[in-house]
Amino acid sequence: MAGLPRDEAGTAASYASLARPLLLPTWLIIGVFLLLPVLLMVVYSFLTKEFRGGVEWTFTLAAYEQFFVTRGLFGDEPPSIEWTYIIIFWRSIWQAALATLLCLVIGFPTAWFIATRPPQSRGIWLFLITIPYWVNLLIRTVSLRFILRDNGPLNDALIVTGLIDAPLPILNSDVAVQIGLFYSYLPFMVLPIYAAVERFEFALSEAAADLYANRWQVMLHVVLPAVRPGILAGTILVFIPALGAFLAPDLLGGAKAFMIGSLIDEQFRGSQGNWPFGAAISVILMTLVLIALFIQARAASRGAS
Amino acid sequence: MDVAVSIRNAVKRYGATTALAGVSLDITNNAFFTLLGPSGCGKTTLLRMIAGFEAASEGEILLFGQNIVDLEPHLRPVNTVFQNYALFPHMSVIDNVAFGLRMKGVEIAARRAKAGRMLELVHLSALADRLPSQLSGGQQQRVALARALAPEPKVLLLDEPLSALDLKLRQAMRVELKQLQEETGITFLFVTHDQDEALAMSDRIAVMSQGLVQQVGTARDIYEVPVNRFVAEFIGETNLIDVEVTRVSDGMADLVLPSGQRLRCSSAATATGRHALSIRPERVTVTPDGQLTATVERVVYMGSDLRLLTRLEGGREFTVRIQNAARTAVPEPGARIGLKLEEGAARLLAD
Repeated sequence: MAGLPRDEAGTAASYASLARPLLLPTWLIIGVFLLLPVLLMVVYSFLTKEFRGGVEWTFTLAAYEQFFVTRGLFGDEPPSIEWTYIIIFWRSIWQAALATLLCLVIGFPTAWFIATRPPQSRGIWLFLITIPYWVNLLIRTVSLRFILRDNGPLNDALIVTGLIDAPLPILNSDVAVQIGLFYSYLPFMVLPIYAAVERFEFALSEAAADLYANRWQVMLHVVLPAVRPGILAGTILVFIPALGAFLAPDLLGGAKAFMIGSLIDEQFRGSQGNWPFGAAISVILMTLVLIALFIQARAASRGAS
Repeated sequence: MDVAVSIRNAVKRYGATTALAGVSLDITNNAFFTLLGPSGCGKTTLLRMIAGFEAASEGEILLFGQNIVDLEPHLRPVNTVFQNYALFPHMSVIDNVAFGLRMKGVEIAARRAKAGRMLELVHLSALADRLPSQLSGGQQQRVALARALAPEPKVLLLDEPLSALDLKLRQAMRVELKQLQEETGITFLFVTHDQDEALAMSDRIAVMSQGLVQQVGTARDIYEVPVNRFVAEFIGETNLIDVEVTRVSDGMADLVLPSGQRLRCSSAATATGRHALSIRPERVTVTPDGQLTATVERVVYMGSDLRLLTRLEGGREFTVRIQNAARTAVPEPGARIGLKLEEGAARLLAD
């Protein structure tokens, strides 16, 4: 403290001179762990596949061609569109969107419930929401396998209560993937919406009710516009990781419910892999995500003006 | 006279605490009625019960004869001007004002026209397309007023609407609110803790304390003929002295002042014995042949008038306000003076 000038202008100036050295660790981390890997990925996607995994430093568009173009099983037919990967992408987007919607439908009332509890008990509810995160996602997803399998507790309970006669084949289906995605990302929807609802001024809903708005109209015209930023944030936080998820589809979906994450994962495994192709898929995925974020940012700024 | 709102034995309890301990009031149609009291007296609770934001624990609230206690807020034909305005931040001024009409199903052209007229009424037509965050506090206040008036409520509820404004604006708005009430002919039910506001605007005032109505009357009534110690002390400034009452009849009382002199004055008390006598500081003149004798302790210069802080013979403090006129002879501190009560200056209180 002794070295710092007392007057405010002097303090502000000394803070400004401190800004660069203080920001250095941040820049280093962003540079080494974010920019560099992304750059590496982009570069790799234009390189040639090496036989046992890894890359040869020869420029080629082969990886992108493999994604979009097919020349038949033996490579001797005229080029046509390769649908395999586009369909996997489409299914991933669809699954991620559905999971996001589910998280919103369940997460909004949950967040609302927590935010409208007395302040001293809100902490406990939030704590309960975050408890599963104390256990590794892999372990939780494997546990889901046990819960969902044919003779697991879920099917057992349904049979005992007489709701069904034979076990439902939930495991290894899109439904199981959906349950896994929903379960993994629900808190990412609840927390930002909670933050928005907690800031919401409830005098506004009273004012709307006073001006003849019924409950639904209050929700639609006053509450939703106010908590919209929280909903948008939650949507992004769920949709983007769900799009690239590979644990849930891998462990719960089986071979049929292949998603982008598993596809990329496969390209980097052992000698079967294809690093440039995996990198290319990642670049395409990232491009899609950036486009989605751009659209979202446009929507948010339109909502604000 | 038409009764707009009739409150019958309204009680509100929150767990063990009682916010309203049984209030009955009749509010005349087309009147400017004020609930006045310190914070925690139950005035806002009562207003919120009429709006429907708080359920009554007991009692009835009749709006033009119809019991509304079981109606949801959006079904009650009353509108509220909120303390912090509660304007919808994402809607323009005109959309805010038109909101009530929109919810009532009025089609867009008609409701925009009506909202426009309301903005004219509060002199804000030029700002119709702004957002609330782009307005000053005073302008937001007017928008809140226009928004609550637009659906033509049967009663307009105002919850301390002026408390967030600065003094000059508050004083200007007092006059404007009263004019607006007269122009629209809508019953205004105004809640405030500010006695100046209440006295300046109201046709009738209910003074509240500790969940009960202490007195209902015109501004003149509650100032000049307060019923009890609370009302006398809360409204304006007063001197209270203990007196012995010897006889009461027909609202008049005979009593003995501490000096031994006898006095006859109007009375809220109905029994003899010891009571408090309220004497307003401006209704006393300094003269050698007064009923009370006091020693001047301090003279406070207030501009338009002077305040003499004196001590009566018995040791009680007694404040006298005299006009700051050229002919006024100002006593020096330490001087012994006589105080003469003007005709009707004293009022015997019930407690």
